Amino acid sequence: MASSPVPNRTTHLGETQRRDAWWLELLPIIILFGGFGIYATARAFEGKFYEWGPYLSPFYSPLLSFSWWRFSPALLILGAPLGFRTTCYYYRKAYYRAFFLDPPACTVGEPGFRKNYSGERRFPFILQNVHRYFLYLAILFLCFLWYDAIRAFVFDGKFGIGLGTLIMLLDVCLLTAYTFSCHSLRHIVGGKLDCFSCATFGVPRHSAWSLVSVLNERHMIFAWASLVSVGATDFYIRMLASGAFKDIRIL
Amino acid sequence: MPDALLRVFRGDKDGGQSVDYKVPLAPGMVVLDALHSIQAHQSPDLAVRWNCKAAKCGSCSAEVNGRPRLTCKTRMDSLPLDQPIVVSPLKAFPVIKDLVTDVSWNYKVNRKIPAFKPKPGVEWKMDQRDVDRVQEFRKCIECFLCQNVCHVLRDHGKHESFGGPRFFVRTAGLEMHPLDSVSRIPLLKNEMGLGYCNITKCCTEVCPEEIHITDNAIIPLKERVVDEYYDPVTMLFRKIRGS
Repeated sequence: MASSPVPNRTTHLGETQRRDAWWLELLPIIILFGGFGIYATARAFEGKFYEWGPYLSPFYSPLLSFSWWRFSPALLILGAPLGFRTTCYYYRKAYYRAFFLDPPACTVGEPGFRKNYSGERRFPFILQNVHRYFLYLAILFLCFLWYDAIRAFVFDGKFGIGLGTLIMLLDVCLLTAYTFSCHSLRHIVGGKLDCFSCATFGVPRHSAWSLVSVLNERHMIFAWASLVSVGATDFYIRMLASGAFKDIRIL
Repeated sequence: MPDALLRVFRGDKDGGQSVDYKVPLAPGMVVLDALHSIQAHQSPDLAVRWNCKAAKCGSCSAEVNGRPRLTCKTRMDSLPLDQPIVVSPLKAFPVIKDLVTDVSWNYKVNRKIPAFKPKPGVEWKMDQRDVDRVQEFRKCIECFLCQNVCHVLRDHGKHESFGGPRFFVRTAGLEMHPLDSVSRIPLLKNEMGLGYCNITKCCTEVCPEEIHITDNAIIPLKERVVDEYYDPVTMLFRKIRGS
């Protein structure tokens, strides 16, 4: 038998008995989220190269133009998708861990200077409770994005398919999956009921709840896939609009 | 079979130290077997709480290499044996002796939750669709690993104002029960501090019964709190309907 020091029960950042590289799980989140944040901000302020032929960048859809607005049109609309993702139950987990280190990982110590933890009970994080309103906006935005994706099949008044068409279609499918796997939607369509068999429209609501529940299990995957696809779609259209790429016509 | 080196916390509420023990490995051995071997051959005074040894009673919870685990369900061959296996008591609760912690705080929280109260004149018949959700919550074995891993208790020590994942699961089971008549939403928001939870999902990761604590209990309860306190449209509809 040999003795080693008493376990330290005070918390400081990174304190843990874990043996694995717990910080590795933070890296993809920091890289993807941080990278997307920088790219999306730059593109939102750029205010050009967002349209090419029948393609419209998702950062600029719906395209609003007002004579009194002198800045990038993306700045008029980006609050809605940004709010939806920021208040998303999955992303909350990801960024509370990766950026707020609250906690950085399970059973890993947090920064010791935080004395008055209030979670989501006080401003600003109490605003996470408005997630369902961003969901309603996200569903509205999806209608515009589906319209854009369908319009991307029309080249000079004729049916056609370009690589951009397929990218936009994939993007809107992933965004639809992300939006319809939302925890708030799961609650609204049926989760709020205690008794499906006694409620008005209880049976269809149970079916809707079950369907959203299946999607909801993959909410994290849809969240990341749709984030990447939005960035990639915008990037492709930007490259076309700036003349760096040529669109590949399939049909 | 080679030996394993276990580094086990020995002490009480006033402090203690980690002590190394060499334990001969046996096929299929779990951490609890190794602790029993220490008790039998080296330190008969080592305190370990255990009962069923079948991952169903929730007694033998501890931290193995920094991860909250049931020691009876943690196989030695799943751990790296080239380094000491560190076994510590649950960090969120006061130590009584060695690996035994005082979890009585949990029973105090439990008593705050109003029990099931049927709707008046209820017909005691339930549709399977209505109880599927609730049945998942009944799997809980009260091992309190989720309570231990939750940073609101573990790091922030909000024992006075927070219920913890285990009791959100229990409350969800009651709130979603098709025949129950009591609303526990004000309790969840106020006394049980549901808003402290920032849904980092550690509770779900450690649950030995694989209950989807965050997705199926905590988030649905948070949404019910939003219905009641933060959604003006739902509040208005409720007012119009007089419910």
